Amino acid sequence: MVKNIDVTQSAQPGRYGKFGGQFVPETLMTALLELEEAYESALADPQFEEEMKHYLKDFVGRETPLYFAEQLTKKAGGAKIYLKREDLNHTGAHKINNSLGQALLATRMGKKKVVAETGAGQHGVATATVCALFDLECTIFMGKEDIRRQELNVFRMELLGAKVVSVDQGAGTLKDAVNEALRHWVTNVDDTHYILGSALGPHPFPKMVRNFQRIIGVETRQQILEKEQRLPDAIVACVGGGSNAIGMFHPFVEDESVALYGVEAAGSGVDSGLHSVAIAGGKAGVLHGAYMYLLQDDNGFVQEAYSISAGLDYPAIGPEHCHLHETGRVTYTSVTDKGALEALQLLSRTEGIIPALESSHAVKYAVDLASEMAEDEVIVICLSGRGDKDVETVRDALGGNAND
Amino acid sequence: MTKHQLTNAIRSCAERGDKAFVPYIMAGDDGLATLKKTILFLQEIGVTAIELGIPFSDPVADGPVIQAAGERALAHGVTLRSVMEEIATFKEEIKVPLVFMTYVNPVIQYGLEQFVKDCRTNGISGLIIPDLPLEENGFMKEALAASDIALIPLVSLTSPPDRIKKITASAEGFIYAVTVNGITGVRDSFDEDLGVHFEKLKAISPVPVLAGFGISTPAQVQSMGELADGVIVGSAIVTALHQGALETVKELVKAAKSEARIQKVTK
Repeated sequence: MVKNIDVTQSAQPGRYGKFGGQFVPETLMTALLELEEAYESALADPQFEEEMKHYLKDFVGRETPLYFAEQLTKKAGGAKIYLKREDLNHTGAHKINNSLGQALLATRMGKKKVVAETGAGQHGVATATVCALFDLECTIFMGKEDIRRQELNVFRMELLGAKVVSVDQGAGTLKDAVNEALRHWVTNVDDTHYILGSALGPHPFPKMVRNFQRIIGVETRQQILEKEQRLPDAIVACVGGGSNAIGMFHPFVEDESVALYGVEAAGSGVDSGLHSVAIAGGKAGVLHGAYMYLLQDDNGFVQEAYSISAGLDYPAIGPEHCHLHETGRVTYTSVTDKGALEALQLLSRTEGIIPALESSHAVKYAVDLASEMAEDEVIVICLSGRGDKDVETVRDALGGNAND
Repeated sequence: MTKHQLTNAIRSCAERGDKAFVPYIMAGDDGLATLKKTILFLQEIGVTAIELGIPFSDPVADGPVIQAAGERALAHGVTLRSVMEEIATFKEEIKVPLVFMTYVNPVIQYGLEQFVKDCRTNGISGLIIPDLPLEENGFMKEALAASDIALIPLVSLTSPPDRIKKITASAEGFIYAVTVNGITGVRDSFDEDLGVHFEKLKAISPVPVLAGFGISTPAQVQSMGELADGVIVGSAIVTALHQGALETVKELVKAAKSEARIQKVTK
């Protein structure tokens, strides 16, 4: 049954093993084909590369440091821990790497309007930012519940000139925001580009987003070779849809000595039913244009995901991650809300860095892993974003007591 | 019924001077208990075929009216399985072709082989799967190859000529020609170039061409009907049925009949 999909379709473009594809309404197909063409032509154009380099350096602030976290290393008592500081990017997370690339692409395609979804608000803020920069009209769809959780990010987007539309359908989180963004795109496809924020959705989005985020791994590779004269033994990144993780992992996939770990959000625990663990807790199906691991019931209805971090609160995991799981190249695991909160506090105290709740999942897993590794081994954490946006959530979760 | 009977049902409308009228209903809106009554009512008032929507958690091709109907159906616990079981209880009484409109994921989870088997047993004539474009429909075509169930393709205003050729070449049942860019739902106006679009489409299509999306009034049924071989009406039917406004449904259906068309021409 599901097997039929693998067998007959794997030759199609935009497949990662049996995952991926273009499961979208016909009205969007032409836009996807155009996008693919525009993207390929941009890749072949040295001017596009120059523009990207220029904005990444002078506007985003790349390259981001690869920081040796000496205090955290001592605390963990094992492998040397490095942090890839994506939190130091303009707007506070890795999201802008992709938003910038896609906004430049939108201008090349002559599209004057942009639509995007956002969960935590990081992608929305990054997209609103580049739209301000390139004078693009920007509409952001955001779940009602996420708007409540991330009130300040909503205001930031509005300051940047974006229109934020509240999505009331479903549980009012990221999945529902993607649905509405897709509906908006179908209706306005002639003059609008959809800046999808994660390594998800129909081809060519997973490939394009991954390539715009690859700079994380490319820089890391060069930096660790300079600092340690060797590749790391392990790399850990958090995974919602999976854009920071795929960007970090991709340049290392061929290096078998580097163990790769993707950390999903276990929320209140995988057994509780309140989580976002698509690999262990889901099964393959189609959502938002791609065939991928998905939280769903026996009837094929997609279930709501849960995590304390709005950015990991998505019921699926990008198609390339699904493939990397199937081939066994990446180990997918998970950390609970509680674990992430602990790690957030730990990193804040030991290194003076408040990580985003999303990234805190990776920190938690990496610290535990490091403690079991030898002192001459090296581990890199992708610190995908900073925690400013989460301070209120964290205060509530800790009952107002930062010293707990 | 078979895919040929579906095509023939539409063609025989033309022979009578009528246009085909295909209402969309959400299966289990107000619960599955009313499904039989609704289907029998529609066939009684002379619809050509019925498009039966299966509720889904993430209906990205649907506008607010059908989304709301889907949410009501989901709240009643309606699933692809329960719809299939309900149809089985009165399939002998269904005389018009029945077409399922479902997103692809419920079909995959149902199990492709079992789904096709149950569709055949229950006399389903066709499938409309809005998130299964040409690029992805290979596995479904294969699964349906030995059956007499049509995989009805959608053609949009954004589909370029070469693509339309490819889509129509393998079309079965009828072509679902989307009349607007966007999602299902009520519209005030349509693109002026639609006439040209439909002329080209009808010229190359081996099967009839039905217009759908945004058609909500008897006047629109008539004007769109003139362009195409018939119309599909969704949101307006769903709203009327939900409100129990059966007269509204009858008027929409009547607008596709030859008497109404003649009246319009002579006016």
